[in-house]
Formats: sequence, C-alpha cells, structure tokens
Amino acid sequence: MSTKQQHLTLSENKIPEGRLGLWILIAGELVIFGGLIMSYLLHRLRYPQWSEMAAHTSTFIGALNTVVLLCSSYTVVRAHEAAQKLDVAKATRWMTCTVLGGLIFLIDKSVEYTHEIQEGFTFTSPSLQHSGDYVNSLFWSYYYIMTGLHSLHVIAGMVVMIIIMVQIKKGKNLHRVELAGMYWHMVDLIWIFLFPLLYIAK
Amino acid sequence: MEMSTHQQSFWNKYIFSTDHKVIGMQYSIMGIIMAGVGGFLAYIFRYNLAYPGQSIPLFGHLAPLQYNAFVTCHGMIMVFWVGMPILLSGLGNLLIPIMIGTDDMAFPTVNMLSFWIFFVSALVLLTSFFVPGGAFGGGWTMYPPFSAGGYLNRNPDFFKALFSGTSLMILAVALEFVAMLMGGINFVVTTINKRAKGMTAFRMPIVVWFLNIASLIFMFSVGPLVAGAFMLLLDNVVGTGFYDPNRGGDPILWEHLFWFFGHPEVYVLLLPALGVLAEILPVFARKPLFAYKPIIYLALVSAVLSVLVWAHHQFVSGIDPRMATFFSIGTILISIPFAGIFLSFMATLWGGSIRMTVPMMWAIGFIALFLIGGLTGLFLGSNTFDIYAHDTYFVVTHFHYTLFPDVFFGFFAAVYFWFPKFTGKTLNAALGKLHFWCTFFFFNGTWFLLFFNGLHGQHRRINDYSSFSLINMEPYMTFEKISTICAILLILSQFIFLYNLFTSLAKTKNPELTKNPWHSATLEWTADSPPPHGNFKVYPEVYRGPYEYSVPGEVDDCYAQNVPGPSFENNENL
Repeated sequence: MSTKQQHLTLSENKIPEGRLGLWILIAGELVIFGGLIMSYLLHRLRYPQWSEMAAHTSTFIGALNTVVLLCSSYTVVRAHEAAQKLDVAKATRWMTCTVLGGLIFLIDKSVEYTHEIQEGFTFTSPSLQHSGDYVNSLFWSYYYIMTGLHSLHVIAGMVVMIIIMVQIKKGKNLHRVELAGMYWHMVDLIWIFLFPLLYIAK
Repeated sequence: MEMSTHQQSFWNKYIFSTDHKVIGMQYSIMGIIMAGVGGFLAYIFRYNLAYPGQSIPLFGHLAPLQYNAFVTCHGMIMVFWVGMPILLSGLGNLLIPIMIGTDDMAFPTVNMLSFWIFFVSALVLLTSFFVPGGAFGGGWTMYPPFSAGGYLNRNPDFFKALFSGTSLMILAVALEFVAMLMGGINFVVTTINKRAKGMTAFRMPIVVWFLNIASLIFMFSVGPLVAGAFMLLLDNVVGTGFYDPNRGGDPILWEHLFWFFGHPEVYVLLLPALGVLAEILPVFARKPLFAYKPIIYLALVSAVLSVLVWAHHQFVSGIDPRMATFFSIGTILISIPFAGIFLSFMATLWGGSIRMTVPMMWAIGFIALFLIGGLTGLFLGSNTFDIYAHDTYFVVTHFHYTLFPDVFFGFFAAVYFWFPKFTGKTLNAALGKLHFWCTFFFFNGTWFLLFFNGLHGQHRRINDYSSFSLINMEPYMTFEKISTICAILLILSQFIFLYNLFTSLAKTKNPELTKNPWHSATLEWTADSPPPHGNFKVYPEVYRGPYEYSVPGEVDDCYAQNVPGPSFENNENL
C-alpha cells in the first residue's frame, strides 16, 4: 500500500490533475465557440445589412452585463484567494457574490430577450418591420444561438459553484474553488468576444 | 495489498467499473457489436448492388430509400461506433495507463461516464431505424438540405422533428463526441501527469504518443462541428435557416464545419493503428524501432497539416480554383510525414530476424493494403483528378483501402498481440492465420475490382443502374457480383475470429505462459496476466526506452523498460 501512496505523488509534472483537465476542457469549449463566431463573422461580412438588425440589440444591457460578468470574475478571484488561505467562510461569501452576478446576468438577458421577442425578433421569424427580408432573420438566429449557448454555460457555471460551495462547507475539495473560477473566467472571456460582435458593431 | 483482497460485486466489477482495462474492453466489445450491425447493413446493400431488385436472403426486398438509409448508417457506424471506440477509446483505455506504468486513469469516474454516454449514443443511433420515416439516408456526411429538416421546413412540429431519423442521428453523433472528449481529456492528463518514475516523454512507447496526438487532433477539430451540429439540429426542430440559402444561410458552411473535423478524423483513426504497428514490428523483427524520435515529430507534423486540408473534399462544391490548388498541395504534402513513418517501419523490418506470428501477419498486411489506399489518395488529392472521380466508386474504394486495414487490421493485430496479457489466455494461432488469410484475400476480392467500376463512372449513391437506360453498366456487373460474393465471404470469415475468441475465453487462465509470450520490452508485459485492478504490485521504475531489442548477452535478447542499468538508447545515433 505504501508504494502505491508514494507513487501517486511521483507525477513528473507538478500541475494538479484537475487543473490540467480543465485547461483542456476550456480549450475544447473555446473551439466550439470559435466555430460559431467564425460562421457568424463570415456571414456578417457577406451581409452588411445585418448592421440594421444589430442596431436593435440593447447596447446598454449588453454593457451592463459585461460589467456584471467582469465583477463576478473579480469576486471569484477573491474566493480563490480565500480558499488558498483555507478560509471557507470567506470563500463561500465571495462565491455567493459570483453566483449572484451570474443571476443578475441571466435576469438582464431575460429582460433583453423579452423586449426583442416583443419587437418580433425571434429565433426563426424575420422581423415584422422587414417582412420579406429573410436574409436579416439569420442575424437573430445567430444572436440567439450564441447568447443562448453562452447563457447555458453561465447556468452550468452557477450550478458548479453551488455544488462546490456545499462541498467546501463540509471541509473538502477546497482546491475546486480555483477550478470553478477558471471555468467562470472562460465564460467571461467568451462574453468579451460576443459583446462587441453582437452589440457594438452596428 | 488492500486492492487485491477487496471483493467487488459483479455489477461494480464488470458493468459500472472504473478500471481502465474493463472500460477499454467494454469499448472494444461495443465496437465489435456495432461492427456486426454495420457489416450486416453492408451485406444488404452490397447484395442489392450486384442483384438489383431481387429479394435478399435474411432480409427480403430492399426499398430505394432503405438503401440510402443503410448506406448512410453503415458509414456512420463504421467510423463513429466502430473505428472510434475500438482504436481510440478501446486501445487508449487498455494501453495508456499500463504502458506508462500507473494504476489507472487520472479521472476514473469520468472514464466510466464516457463509456456509458457512448453506450447511450449507440442506442440512440439504433433507435433511429425504428422511428417513422426510418433512419437518416442523406449520406454519412449529412449535407444540407437533405439533413436540414426534410427540405428546410420552416415550421416543423418540434417533437415530431426531434424524433425523426435525422435529429436522432445528429443527437447520437453529438453524444458520441461528448464521450470521446471526456476520454480524450483523460488520456492526455493521464499521460502528462501519471507516468512512472523514469518514464520520460521520449521513453514512452509510440502507441501512447500516437493515442495522445490522435486525442488532441480530435479535441481541437471537433469543436466547430459540435457548434455546426447544434445549428443543424435547430434547423430541423425549430426551423432556423442556418443552412438555408433563401434566408441567407449557406449549405456549404456545413461542408466546411463537417470536413474541418472530418478530415482530421482520418488521422484520429490512423494514428492509434500505426502506433499498434510500431509496438508489434520491433518485437517480431527483434530490432529497435528505426527513428523513434523522428516518427513522433512526423506524427506532430501530420497533426498540424491535417487541419489545413479539409476542403479537398469540396472540389466540386463550387470552391474557388485558387483555393483548390492550395488544398491540393496541402493534401499531397501530408503524404510526406506518413511516407516517413512507413519508411521507418520498413527500416525496422530491414535485416531483422522476422518471426511470422499472427500479430505480425496482420501488421504487415496492414502496411501492404494501406499502401494501395494511400497511393490512390494521392490521385484524389489532386483537384484535377478528383473532379473526374468525385463521388464514384473510385473514391469509395480508396477510403475502404485506407479505413479497412486501419480499423480492422489494426484492431486484429492489437487483439492477437495483447489478448494473452489482458485475459491471461491464449488465442489459437492456426485459426488466427486462417482468419488473416481469409480476411486479406476476401477484402481484396471485395474492393480491388471496384477501382475499375469507379473509373468507368459508377456513382456511389445509385442503387440500381437499370433505371438509367443510357448508362451501360452491364460489363461492370461481373465485378459487382465478384465483389458481393467476396464481401459475404469476408463477413463469414470473421466468424473464425469469434469462434477463436470464445473457445479461447473458455480455457483456464495460464498466468505463466501469458506473462510475456512475445518477449516484449514494454511495461505492460511486466505486470501479471491478467493485470489486477491497479495493474502493478510494485510500481515500476523506468530505466530505458521501449524498444531495446537484440541486446547481446540477454536471455530474451531484450531489456524490459524496468530493468535497471545503463540504457542502450541509441536514438541519438540515428
């Protein structure tokens, strides 16, 4: 038994396994969004009239969400710092802030979706104001699939945070705070790409 | 030892096991079962091609739409549910941990989940045969508009569309990708972090290197297709227009997303099988592998090139001729690293004391057949020739000459080589040789003549040429008939293998005989046969490279990797 215990610490590489695995997962996720963003960009370059559609997105809510996500990334860094000092209470507090940030993001997003759907911009239908112009409807398809997939990642990140909060309350898996933080930064990073592409470029 | 005395229930030991060896075997067995399904589909439409319109034994009459669905599903199953689980997940799980000298994968639970997601994906695919409308029949590449909501339905019935053959196939493929991604993360993390003491990167066996390179190619090329599949699914069930040109979408986008993954996938399947060859050839030539490090570098070069050549599948899709030239050159360049790898295999055999055992026969058969596939690939890589031969049986024959040796010869070489180690039992060598010769002969009988049919212009998606009175296929029907008879015999000769497998499994274990029957130097042969959960009693320490054969004065004329002493690594002298 002792040989086994000894061996497991004999990894040639000092990067912890969880962190290594997560880096690869993040790289994989970025490639998925990369494919989407590339497809969107190529279409956007082909159809300059999409900028009229992009004018209907709310830059204010988009910017607000960017700030919210950036702040939640800051709080998760503080949670990681606290976890490194083995301060469970503080780590939990900061992680709660992050989860709240995610929640605010999702609320903003639902308000935004509601407005857009009320204006007639849905996943499939062309805008009512531009009836007959089917080409423009694809902007909204891309808008919903990109922000929707991103929001699913926000939800996934929040669920992971809550699970890890429960775990560290029991005093185990404190190192996972860092992993949740890494994932959250990735979600943040993807949004940094989506925000200018969908909201600013008009 | 705590591990060995710990009794696990049957359920935990064989079904929901986290042991890498059990998971590897689960993947392989699932692959064999799916190969049975894929082979049966092939038999049905192969028979229909030779005897169009006639009733097929064991099946009955084949409707044209069924023909399409069967061809499509045959391709899907053989690539994603046979090639991938057997070569990447099966071999990766069985070999990586034990060959680098550790007890298990880095994330055993993720590993178990990976298999069960794969299992569900196979069930989803098989279910698609039984939904109204049948399985998807638009070709395994799933090009829109065939795959996009039955001619781009703008207001599909959500649930009806979700349970159509098309959506189920997209879902099955997506689930399979998730499973393989989980497996791939495991492979790479395990290899980076859990190597035995002394197992430096350049002391790892080639197969471990190649499995990791294949996993990395897979993980970094599949992303855009995952996004694309999500978009295709929405086109089907919600009615979006991502691939609908009337709404500004583009069907060619799917071709790019598909082949950006689809071409690297070829190397995902090829590299593990080449890795198996790199393990087998030195053992039975009793020589160190020629050019160990250059092989690794060549494989890395091929990995980089593999993501730059995808559009050679689209030469007739209206691609700009200047781009086509770029992709032609890239495609032909990619033959250089593989020619290098094959050359080093030849050089390994050169002057060796060759032992024609069963695994060695499969390995050499692989090289012989893959040569034909690879060389015809050079023709097709040139856009001028490809426009002529596109979608004919020349293409189909070309990729069967690459994928069949790759998946089946590679797999059988691995099975005959590692079976004693992982089961503690031996396979019958005479039956193995019979199996090899039957497979080799009937495979060539099935496919070689079809090159000529392809050059004559036989299209890959036409089930019955009698409907086309202007095209005279009559002189080529003889070749079709020979091909069909050989295909049936090819499938039947696999029963020799199954018989051999089951009779061997019924024998009692013989740990002494199977500990290191081939006098091989890599770490898995130093473990017990079969290796227990946890693999090694005492964790091995590594002192040398994996291929130190023909060392003068040694009993086995080779040094196992864990034998202490100065290394004979002569890689630097090459």
